[in-house]
Amino acid sequence: MDTLILSRMQFAANISFHILFPTITIALGWALLFFRVRFNMTGQEKWMEAYRFWVKVFALSFAMGVVSGITMSFQFGTNWPGFMETVGNIAGPLLAYEIMTAFFLEAVFLGIMLFGASRVPAWLHTTATFLVAFGTMMSAFWIIVLNSWMHTPQGFEMIDGVAHATDWSEIIFNPSMPYRFGHMVLASFLTCSFLIAGVSAFRWLIGGKTQGVRVALKTAIYAAALLIPVQILVGDMHGLNTKEYQPAKVAAMEGHWETGGNVPLLLFAIPDDEARTNHYEIGIPNLASFILTHEWDGEIKGLNDFVSEEGEILHPRVAPVFWSFRVMVGTGMAMLVISWAASAMMLRRKRGVEGLPKPMLYALVGMSFSGWLATLAGWYTTEIGRQPWLVQGVMTTKQAVADVPAPMVLSTFIAYMVVYLLLLSAYIYVIFYLARKMSRGEDIGTPVAPTPRQQPNAMPAE
Amino acid sequence: MYYFGDPAVWLPFVFAALMGLSILIYVILDGFDLGVGLLFPFADDEEKDRMIASIGPFWDANETWLVLAVGLLLVAFPSAHGAILTALYLPVAIMLIGLILRGVAFEFRAKAPAPQKELWNNLFFAGSLMTALAQGFMLGMYVMGLDWTWAHAGFGLLTAVFLAVGYSFIGATWVIHKTDEFLQRKAVDWAKGGIWGLVLGIGAISLATPFVSDRIFDKWFSFPAALYLAPLPLMSGGLVVWLWVMLQKMPYAQDRMSWKPFVAATALWVMAFGGMAYSFYPYVVPEKLTIYEAASAPESLFIILIGTCFVLPTIMGYTVLSYYIFKGKARELRYD
Ligand code: HDD
Ligand code: HEM
Ligand code: HEM
Repeated sequence: MDTLILSRMQFAANISFHILFPTITIALGWALLFFRVRFNMTGQEKWMEAYRFWVKVFALSFAMGVVSGITMSFQFGTNWPGFMETVGNIAGPLLAYEIMTAFFLEAVFLGIMLFGASRVPAWLHTTATFLVAFGTMMSAFWIIVLNSWMHTPQGFEMIDGVAHATDWSEIIFNPSMPYRFGHMVLASFLTCSFLIAGVSAFRWLIGGKTQGVRVALKTAIYAAALLIPVQILVGDMHGLNTKEYQPAKVAAMEGHWETGGNVPLLLFAIPDDEARTNHYEIGIPNLASFILTHEWDGEIKGLNDFVSEEGEILHPRVAPVFWSFRVMVGTGMAMLVISWAASAMMLRRKRGVEGLPKPMLYALVGMSFSGWLATLAGWYTTEIGRQPWLVQGVMTTKQAVADVPAPMVLSTFIAYMVVYLLLLSAYIYVIFYLARKMSRGEDIGTPVAPTPRQQPNAMPAE
Repeated sequence: MYYFGDPAVWLPFVFAALMGLSILIYVILDGFDLGVGLLFPFADDEEKDRMIASIGPFWDANETWLVLAVGLLLVAFPSAHGAILTALYLPVAIMLIGLILRGVAFEFRAKAPAPQKELWNNLFFAGSLMTALAQGFMLGMYVMGLDWTWAHAGFGLLTAVFLAVGYSFIGATWVIHKTDEFLQRKAVDWAKGGIWGLVLGIGAISLATPFVSDRIFDKWFSFPAALYLAPLPLMSGGLVVWLWVMLQKMPYAQDRMSWKPFVAATALWVMAFGGMAYSFYPYVVPEKLTIYEAASAPESLFIILIGTCFVLPTIMGYTVLSYYIFKGKARELRYD
């Protein structure tokens, strides 16, 4: 394998690992703020109980997000020097604003949010919680601006092969940014909802039927049920936007080779990049045309239009894009079914959490990390779908790669993978360990903040 | 945009200064919390908990200065960024894995089942060690001009060890300030050991630097340039002696002046760093690329600078607030 493919694999592994944790923290920050504010308003202990459990998960996820993020910021230099040399004038300021407006805000107020409740007044603690949540949202905003600009670049001119900014508002509000940002934030809220619902259902099942678990479970299920239709709608709009600016990607998502109308929506197929056709197609006639053009016989550009006269292929590999798109949409549909069914059961005769039968609780536990699956699948669709371009129409991925010897990249790739797999298992294990510990009643019932108090045997950072 | 003369001249300088400032703040702030990790093997379980509590609210923000430093390098000097980081590919990867391990071990040690705490403690130490060694190695390689020869790598290994010991020194002074009683006395001993790493490290780099290039040699030893530099070694020497004398007598009654060793250590770092910056200016890749050649387009730098003028003071402000809130001896850290 050459340096290019290894660097791509390493980058994909790193960003995939990184994105897992921001997807949780972006929304969990707001969820914690919600618990905290509800407690301030009602004084009911159950909100604080929920807060105390989830703040631990937050701290853990945040640490994972930060350290893997630091890795990300070095990758540009170690593996993709050409990226910054070509579009640094645009990417640079965006990254700088992310660091200055978001990272420091989160990092400093995180300390106060986690450990400061007994040292600062309640309002300052609530403010710190807000600022952390706001900071994570800002991080997501700036990085999505950059990423979207890479998909739909505008507001710049090329001088001697280097991009120079001409209009910052065009760069920031590039055509795909609103959709991508909205879709990502919703993805984060859904990921977080299903995580909270799954872990709470787990605690409920093993007998930890406290008020705190009850409100967390209820809040999470209703949030998921409300947000998933919005997500599907925004996803659809996102797809329409992509069709306009990156038609090759949409053709790959649909597995659609020849330009034409009456395109079926393929439920199953095995795209064959060598033979340039699909095998074993099963589809719903005309539906893809209808979704993408809102007419049953609407014309959609096929992949064969993206091969240059000389036979150079200017579209991404079809199979990975085709499949990851289906995984994302499939997961979205599963989320829809589960969250609506669970809501209906809870609403029926107002039975609340008691209305959830065991199989439903098990299903929720199974869906705990469904948000991760959909998010990763979505990003694979987006990013692989942009290939061979790194910045659409401006530079290819190949032009950016560093000339580091392949064995060196391979060795770091393996090292990262080992560390990541270890940490990922530890992370999931510890979340469920904490849930079991809480259900046994340990650590519950500690007096509510913010009164300073000495506890001789308390573990630090807990 | 032309108020202060040609922006292609002063903007690169301003950004080099900003970058230098964030590296300096980074090595001091993350230096002390990496140092705390390096001292882990010398502490027993309860002491480890207190040491962790002394850095808990800060370490995350401390590391963000590294992100800012690399960010500024990347933003302001893109071609230097590529050249430096590809040359240092392996040590960077080792540092990153080290940072990952210690960052997460910090969280896991308090949340994982008790029998596994030992494992995470060890990983916290291992991660801190990897990070410190890798950074020291990179420092040595950078001073030597980023060429991979055996001699240079050997020098890098030397600076790696010195920097690790230097970090453990500043870590120990932090522990002196943030704890009391037995642990504090222990930390005084650690500091007495660690100060040698710092002295040897600064010494080695000072000896090597002028011989890397004639240009730097001239800066150091020709009249009158030498006069500008002269106060640095003199003041550093004085500081070391003062620190040494002070450490012999610590801790003072009623914990007076427990902050002084940390401040003195910080001053030492500042001077060592100032000397390096003075020597290498105007190069960002030693002897190959100056900050003026490597700089990004002025209009991009300008738009960052505007933001920086507002944001950096704010960041400083709330960083100070956070140190103020968590002032005093480290207490048990709790999430409520
Ligand atoms: C919980 C996560 C989640 C769920 C349930 C969905 N998505 Fe999604 N999707 C994402 C999470 C996501 C994502 C990870 O956030 C992506 C990657 C890049 C982006 O902006 O969002 C994404 C990308 C993405 C793209 C690629 C756009 C591009 O970059 O060109 C399209 C067309 C859709 N989505 C459409 C949908 C549709 C029609 C869904 C209906 C079920 C759907 N998504 C559910
Ligand atoms: C967060 C979720 C993201 C995921 C999961 C993701 C995933 C990927 C994947 C899988 C590739 C490899 C494509 C291929 O090999 O064909 C890739 C490429 C790339 N992405 Fe992303 N990406 C994400 C976000 C971003 C963002 C926000 C940026 C920029 C700021 C970015 C920049 C790049 C670059 C520079 C490449 C080129 C290297 C390569 O092709 O592997 N990505 N990404
Ligand atoms: C190439 C792409 C990326 C780079 C270079 C990058 C870099 C970083 C860095 C350095 C941090 C740590 C900040 C700190 O020190 O506090 C971080 C955290 C974060 N990143 Fe990324 N990131 C990338 C992609 C993404 C994407 C795609 C998202 C989300 C859509 C994202 C959202 C966040 C958030 C919300 C945080 C803070 C919360 C947390 O750490 O969990 N990042 N990122």
